[in-house]
Order: sequence, then C-alpha cells, then structure tokens
Amino acid sequence: MKGTVFSTVFLLTVAALLMSMFLAISYGAKEITLSTVWTTLINYDPSDTSHQIIHELRLPRVLGAALIGAAFAVAGALMQGVTRNPLADAGILGVNAGATFVVALSFAFFPNLPYSWLMVVSFLGAVMGTVFIFLLGSSTPGGLTPLRLTVAGSVVAALLHSLSSGIAIYFELSQDLAFWYAGGLAGIKWMHLKWLTPVVLLTLLWTPLLGRSISAMALGNDVASNLGIKTKRVQVIAIIVSVILAGVSVSAVGSIGFVGLVIPHMARKLVGVDYRLIVPLSAVMGAVLLVLADLGARMVNPPKELAISVMVAMVGVPFFLYLARRERGSY
Amino acid sequence: MNQQEIARKKRVMHVGIWLILICVCVILYSLHTGSIRLSPYEVLRTLVGLGSEDDSLVLFEYRLPRIVITILAGMGLGISGAILQGLYRNSLADPGVLGLHAGAAFGLVVFVSFFRSLEGMISLVLPLFTFAGAVLVAVLIVLLAYDRHKGVLPIRLILVGIALAAGFSAITLFLSLRLDEGTYAFAARWLAGNVWGREWANVLALLPWIVLLVPYTWLQSKVLDALMLGDEVATGIGAPVQRKRFLLMGTAVALASVSVSMAGGVGFIGLAAPHLARRLVGPLHQYMLPIAGMIGVVILVAADTIGRSIFQPNAIPAGVVVAAVGAPYFLYLLAKTK
Repeated sequence: MKGTVFSTVFLLTVAALLMSMFLAISYGAKEITLSTVWTTLINYDPSDTSHQIIHELRLPRVLGAALIGAAFAVAGALMQGVTRNPLADAGILGVNAGATFVVALSFAFFPNLPYSWLMVVSFLGAVMGTVFIFLLGSSTPGGLTPLRLTVAGSVVAALLHSLSSGIAIYFELSQDLAFWYAGGLAGIKWMHLKWLTPVVLLTLLWTPLLGRSISAMALGNDVASNLGIKTKRVQVIAIIVSVILAGVSVSAVGSIGFVGLVIPHMARKLVGVDYRLIVPLSAVMGAVLLVLADLGARMVNPPKELAISVMVAMVGVPFFLYLARRERGSY
Repeated sequence: MNQQEIARKKRVMHVGIWLILICVCVILYSLHTGSIRLSPYEVLRTLVGLGSEDDSLVLFEYRLPRIVITILAGMGLGISGAILQGLYRNSLADPGVLGLHAGAAFGLVVFVSFFRSLEGMISLVLPLFTFAGAVLVAVLIVLLAYDRHKGVLPIRLILVGIALAAGFSAITLFLSLRLDEGTYAFAARWLAGNVWGREWANVLALLPWIVLLVPYTWLQSKVLDALMLGDEVATGIGAPVQRKRFLLMGTAVALASVSVSMAGGVGFIGLAAPHLARRLVGPLHQYMLPIAGMIGVVILVAADTIGRSIFQPNAIPAGVVVAAVGAPYFLYLLAKTK
C-alpha cells in the first residue's frame, strides 16, 4: 500500500520536474517554442540564435537549478532526520553563515576575485563553519546531542552573520554582499556544471544507504542502538553529506534558505516517516521548486531578474504557515 | 522569612549594587569617548552646569540623548527577552525569534524606499515605521498561531515566527536591492544594530513605553513564575493563563519593538541578559527581571561605546559588537553546562 503511494507520488513529481524544466527552458526574456527546445536537445545547430540561447544560457541554468534544488532539499531532510528537529536545515550547520562570512572577507581583501574562485572560497567557508560547530558541539562534556548541535549552530550562525555585516559596513560593501546573499542562477555556465554535477550526484548516491538508519534514529538514539545501528557514525556521515551538498549549492547560488526546510516537510506529509522514501522524493521535489522559482524570478519583470531567495520565500512562507496551522500541536 | 530567603535577598542586593556601579562607570566612560574627547573631569563639570559652551553642546545635544536611548533600549530588550523566555518556557527565545526584528527591518526599508532621504524632520517618522512593522508581524503571528479551542500555542508561535521572519526578510531583501548604494548603507547599518536615535525627541518617544511597561512587567513576576511551571500548574494555582499570556506577550512585543526602532536590530541581548540574570540570582522573576534589565543596559551601552570609539571612521554598529562578544560567551556557557 505504502509502496504504491510512494511510486505514484514519485512518478508524478518526476513528471512535474520534466515539465517544469521544459517550461523553464522555453520561457524567459525571449520566448522559444517547445518544439525548438526539443530540436535543440536532440539536434543542436550552433548557427541558430534560439539554439544558442538554449544551449549556452538556459540549459545549464535549468540543470543547475534542478541539481541545486535537489541538493538543498536532501541536505535539509538529512539534517531534520539526524537532529530530530523539524525546523532544521543545512543552515543550522552554519553553511550559509560560513559562506557569507568568507565571501565578505574576500570582498574586503581580494575585491577582484573571479566568480569561479569565489565559489571555491565560499564552499570552503561553508565547510569551515560546519567543522567549527561540530567540534564545538562534540568537545562538550555531554557529547554531541541534537539539541546541542542546534543551539551551537544557531549561535555560531548569528555570530558569523553579524561579523559579516560588520565587515561589510566597515569596508562599505554592504550592497555587494547583499547581492551575493540574495543569490541567483544567472552565473551558472557549463564550466561550473562540470564540477557541480559529479559532486552533487555522487553525494546524492550515498544518501539511500543512510535512509534506513535515519528512520530508526528518528525514533530516538536508544531505539536505533538497540536495532544495531552505529548512531555516531550515521550522524557524522549524514552531516558530512549534507555539508557537501549544501556547501556546493550555497557557493553556486548564494544563500537560499527555505528549500531545505519546506521540501522535507512536504515529502513527509506525502509518504510518511520513512527516510528511505523521504530522501529521494525530497530530491525531486526540491528540484521542481528551484526550477520553478528560478523561472518565476526571470519572468516577473524581464529582462531584469528577481532575487531567487525572494522567490523561494514567496512560495515557501505561505506554504509553511499553512503547514504550521494544520499540524495540531503534533510538533 | 526563613534563612534561605534572606540569603537570596542579600545576594540580589549584592548583585544589584555591583551592576549599578558597573552601569554608572560604563555610562561615564561612554560620555567621555567619541569623536570629540572630553576628559572625565570635563564631563562631570559639564553635567553640573559649569562646562564651556562647546562641551555642553557636545554632551547635552549629541552624546547624552544617544546614551539615554541606549540605556532605555538595552533595558527594554533585556526585559522583553526575559518575558519571552518565561512565556515560552524556552531559554532560547528572544525577540529575534518572534520575527520582531524582521518586521522592524521591513518597516525601515519601506520607509527609506518611499522617502529616499533621511534628512531633517522626516527622519523623526522613522521609528513609527519600524514600530508599525514590528507590531504588524506580532499581530500576524498571534492571529496565525491562534487556535479557537486552545488559545495561542507556544510551539506554533515559534514556528509561525520563524516563517514570518523569513517572509519579511525576503521582502526586505527585495526592496533593499533596489535602493541606491548610500541609502542601502544606512539600512544595512540599521539592520546590524546601529543606535540610531540621537535626539531628545527620540528619547521622548521611547521613555513613556519603558517607564510604563517595565514596572508593569515587574508587578507580574508572580504570574511569570507560575507560567514557567506549565499551563496546568499555573491554572491550578489560580493564574488566568490565557489572558495573562496575551497581555505579557503584548508587553514583550511593545518593549522589543520600541527598543529596536531606536537602537536598530540588536540581537543577543534579549537572549543573553535573562540568561545571565538567572545565573546570578536564580529563576524567580521578581529578582531576575530588574537584574536582566540592568545587564541589558550595561551590554548595550558598552557595545555602543566600543563600536564608536575603537573603529574609526566607520563606526561598527552596536549589534555587531554585542554578537561578537555575546556569541562566544554563550558558546562557552553551552560547553560548560551538562
């Protein structure tokens, strides 16, 4: 019974993903018919402008959106499972804050850093933020409990955010930082996809192996240990996986909150509490959300673009409010 | 009165006297630093009315109003945090969690998007906008978290608060990316917690709220104590839980939003001041509230002084200083407690 529900939902979301990707490729500042999109995909003609736009601008962008949406959503699902905190996402690991801090530093001291280097640097920042929180959480007497991880995470994030804005104000580059922070997929080219894709896909392949253990851990660490699960190891692996996923995504598109928070909730509503099902479904749904959000960001006021994090929040917030109201004290 | 209670009273007195001394020292130090330095002697002389004309201009027209605002805002934030932590029975609650900062920031950005200029009389309207923004968020939160049968549920309040904060931050971001660079720089400063109000008119806007609401809160300490024990227990010992929670919630919102409207989006005080107070004098609100208020004053005044005296010419907002000092301390607490 559960299996059929999952397969139906999963197939429907995959279909939705494909459809939204086609839509996102064909709509934009210049409208291109769906049939042209199709011919570009199977028979690329470099002399045609429409084909060029699709191949050079839209395709990498849409593929990037899908990948990053999936990465954010899975990172969020894993964090919610491991910390048993329905409000967790990769943000509590200091990913966004670490990346923002390092980007602020590099804006201040190396203002001419090219985009690709900025990506590398912000990824390192994201990882460092997490390592810091993790070490801090586990060096305490009681060890690394989910609560402690959450608290340490939110405090470190607050600290790094406010240091970033301090740096930005002192060096008078607040708005530059805000633009980076607001995010956007406009900068994604094939060149970036070339290393984004393998990293994200390889990491995503790991996650189904974690599903069973995390479902058990959601019942509490004692139960999980009794079932023969090495909870410490699962926790560490899940954190590493989500940091890589979220770190790569943040470095590519800036800080997009909410995807990692909302999507796992939606997935849980649809298929229940089994993380073997939640994780893959989150991946596809996250991809749909970000592809559509990016399309929306481009379509609201073409040729100008809206910040994608604003777009995601516009969709995510009302939905989350609805969720919070429906859930009758079950949190 | 038993032995234990006398000991506790003594301890509260000790802590209180020390805090008052620290407050006075910090305020005096703050009065003498700034872009025009006045020696402590000059400060004292000017305060009693014997200083030169320039000195009294600097002191009475520029520095004193700013410091009075910092004092009032620090107290407001500290006490607001204490109320919220009591209401939520959650020692991690603070005004930022409720989305009040996000609302105030929204108000600010709407204001600068409309008027573009911050010169002259129009700048006096700014606190109204930030206050309206914070109240808007507070009302939305309460409406959305209200359940017909169970009243306002604390956990849903937090969820809704987070969601609304994210939504309003997104709108703020959207509007602020359209500002020109100079205006944006002002907005960014404010968001990072820059003490903004500098005129006596601003002091007058802030003063009545603090003077009325702080004593009111203190009179309600018994209710807060009862609510800390849980709704059932509180009802059992005769506290009208829903009504009191609503009133106290409104008090916390008002205190936080007026403070934030003058002092900018300063975080951490609402979180740290009640924590510290609880460690110093225990959890009874009757003792803890005044101490939390005083700690708030010390933190904000010290942070503002540090921010404007050490980092010249681009003064660092007090909020950044507070976080830079407050966060490590908080992490240290976290590491030490089991």
